[in-house]
Amino acid sequence: MLEFISQPWPWYVAGPLIGLIVPLLLLLGGKQFGISANLRHACAATLPGQVEFFQYDWKKSGLWNMVFTGGIILGAVIASTVLANPDPFVDIASTTRADLEALGITTFEGLVPAQVFSWEGLLSLPGIVMIVVGGFLVGFGARYAGGCTSGHAISGLADLQAPSLVAVIGFFIGGLTATYLILPLLL
Amino acid sequence: MAQSTPSTAPAARTDQRLGALVLYMLVGVFFGIILIKSEVVSWFRIQEMFRFQAFHMYGIIGSAIVVAAASVQLIKRFNITDRDGQPIVIPPKKWEGVGTRYWLGGIIFGLGWALLGACPGPIFALFGAGITVIIVALLSALAGTWAYAYLRPKLPH
Repeated sequence: MLEFISQPWPWYVAGPLIGLIVPLLLLLGGKQFGISANLRHACAATLPGQVEFFQYDWKKSGLWNMVFTGGIILGAVIASTVLANPDPFVDIASTTRADLEALGITTFEGLVPAQVFSWEGLLSLPGIVMIVVGGFLVGFGARYAGGCTSGHAISGLADLQAPSLVAVIGFFIGGLTATYLILPLLL
Repeated sequence: MAQSTPSTAPAARTDQRLGALVLYMLVGVFFGIILIKSEVVSWFRIQEMFRFQAFHMYGIIGSAIVVAAASVQLIKRFNITDRDGQPIVIPPKKWEGVGTRYWLGGIIFGLGWALLGACPGPIFALFGAGITVIIVALLSALAGTWAYAYLRPKLPH
């Protein structure tokens, strides 16, 4: 059993399970599934300053979500230790691997390319752009758009909200631009 | 006015009871395990998705939407209440003009998503999986959130 669930999970197992989180949170307390709101709660809790956007009771509206996010970290620890995948390589398409090799990616072991996503990699130009700039854009864009992958692509689309569809189209315009125009210049 | 009541306004209902928090944490643990075991936290998988070279990510996001949508419809149709007997209300996201904030915010988020190979949930999951350098991305994302909040009165929405 342990061996079985330690294999990477196929999309038709993982996707429906993620989908169930939406009704679970609604039934538990009418909560909306959306992770990036926690970035706002964290700012409101630590550095609210005089910024109106952070003037609210973060414990009242966000404590549950911060605890939920703590659970994500704990779940990831369990998944990468007790349930660790015996094969260290992510089984990506051979075409993707070939494209990434052509760009200059040489490390394929693990969940992320270690040549960029490591403390040594952080000190390189790709490391700074992908980790520091990438992280900044994720935080800025998620709040500007009012949600991220969980809030818009999953919760929003599941509730047939048109603004979420626009946001997801935006995610792809940005993502394709970074993939085809920026990464080739960077790597 | 969207400026005073953004669609991101935190939900009104409070829930700070310890028992409830434990349940939210367990759902988070469940989500964290799925994020790692399905490899959606992998930069490689995000590249594969944006290059349209495998069905994996589309299958996950697509089937998650179908299951979530069916559940939401059931909750609405049968007026199912939450654990405390409160009605479940999903506030609609506000739309103004051409939806500038959704276009621009979405594009900016997408640029970051493809560069970093992780959206907010996976940032936390990668940290749990031992990719400690991702803490720098988290701090940057907090800086980005702060920058948005500061510039918000000047940005078109």
